[in-house]
Amino acid sequence: MSLAVDLFSVIAVAAGAFFFLAGTAGLLRFPDAFTRLHALTKADNLGLGLVVLGLLPQVGGVVAGLKLVCIWLLVQLSGATASQLIARGLRRRGAPP
Amino acid sequence: MIVALNVGLVALILGLAVWAIVAREPFAAVVGFIAYGLLLTLVWVQLHGIDVALTEAAIGGGLTGALLIGAATRLRGTEAEARAERPGPATRWLAAAVSVAVTLALAACVLVLPVPAPTLAPEVAAHMAATEVGNPITSVLLAFRAMDTLLEAIVLLFALIGVWSLTPDRFWGGRPGLRQGYDANGILAYAARLLPPIGIVAGIYIFWVGADRPGGKFQGATILAAMWLLVMMAGLADAPPIRRTWLRALLVAGPLAFIAVGLVGAVRAGAFLAYPPGLAKPLILAIEFALMPTLTLILGLMLVGTPQRGDTP
Repeated sequence: MSLAVDLFSVIAVAAGAFFFLAGTAGLLRFPDAFTRLHALTKADNLGLGLVVLGLLPQVGGVVAGLKLVCIWLLVQLSGATASQLIARGLRRRGAPP
Repeated sequence: MIVALNVGLVALILGLAVWAIVAREPFAAVVGFIAYGLLLTLVWVQLHGIDVALTEAAIGGGLTGALLIGAATRLRGTEAEARAERPGPATRWLAAAVSVAVTLALAACVLVLPVPAPTLAPEVAAHMAATEVGNPITSVLLAFRAMDTLLEAIVLLFALIGVWSLTPDRFWGGRPGLRQGYDANGILAYAARLLPPIGIVAGIYIFWVGADRPGGKFQGATILAAMWLLVMMAGLADAPPIRRTWLRALLVAGPLAFIAVGLVGAVRAGAFLAYPPGLAKPLILAIEFALMPTLTLILGLMLVGTPQRGDTP
C-alpha cells in the first residue's frame, strides 16, 4: 500500500516537473509575448497542481494538505492576475494579439 | 541528493548575482535581483533560519524588489544619457578590482573563523526563559538587542521622511503617488477584492506567532502593506494625504511606544530598555502591537512614493 502511494507521488511530481520543463521551453522558444504567457500559465497551473497532488499523500495531516492546496490556489490566482495584466498592457501598447 | 540540490542552488544564485551586475538594462538587472532574493530564501530555509527566510522573502525579495522596479521605471528616460557617459576602461577595471578584493576579503574572513564559530547562542538559550518568549529570534530582537530593533524602526521612519522630502513644494501635504484608474470589472480590482481578506489573516497570523515560532512584526507588516498597496493600485481606495494628523500620529506611535517602554525600564529595572522581572512578555507584546501599524504604514507609503497631486482625490 505504502509502495503504491509512493509510486503515485513520484509519478505525479515527475509529471509536474515535466510541465514546468515544457513551460520553460515554451518561454524560451515561443515567438511572442502572448504565446510565452500561455506556456507559463500551463507550468503554473498544471505543473504546480501535479506536484501538490503528488505531495498530498506524503504530508501526513489534513491541515498540512489543506495548506498545500491553498498555496496552489493562491499561485493560480496571482498567476492568472499577472498574466492578464501583462497581456492587457501589451494590447494597450499596440502589440498584435 | 540534498548535496546535489544545494550545489545547484548555489550555482543558480551565483549565476543570478553575476547577471544582476552585468545586465545592461536596469529592469533586467532588477528582475535578476528579485529571483536572487527568492533563491536566497531557499538557502536560509536549508540553513534552518526560517525567520531570516521569511524576512528575506518579504523584504529582501519582495519589498526591495518592488522599490527597485519603481526606480528602474523612473530611470528609463535617462538610460540613453547614462549609457553615453559610460566610464572609461580604467575606471571600470578599478571598480572590478575593488569589488573582487572586497569579495575575497569577505571570503577569507569567513574561512579563517575558528571551528566551531564564536557564538552567543548558548547564552541566549540560557537566558531565554527570562523573556517568557518562545522564539529565540524574537527574544534576541526585542530583549537582548532591543536597541537595534528600536533604531531599525526609527531608520525606517527617516527613510519615509527622506522619500517625502523629495515632494515638489506645491504638492506638499497632498496625496502620494499618481491617481489610479478604477475599472470595476478589471482583473486587478477582482484580485484586490479577493486577496486582501486572505492576506490580512496571513499577515496578522505571522505577526502573532512571532512570539513563539518563526514570524514577527516585520514579515507580517510587509504582507499587510502589500495588501494595502494592491487595494490602492486597483483604485479601490486612495492613499491618504500626508498632511493628515492621524497618519503622522500613527507613524510615530510605534517608535514612541518603544522609547516609552525603554524609559519605564530605565526607572523600574535600572537600564534603558531593560524589562522589569515578570513584565517582559507583556511589554514585548505591547511594543510589537505598537510597531505593527507603524511599520505597515511606513512600508506601504515608502512604495507609493512622493506626493504628486493636491489634497483632492
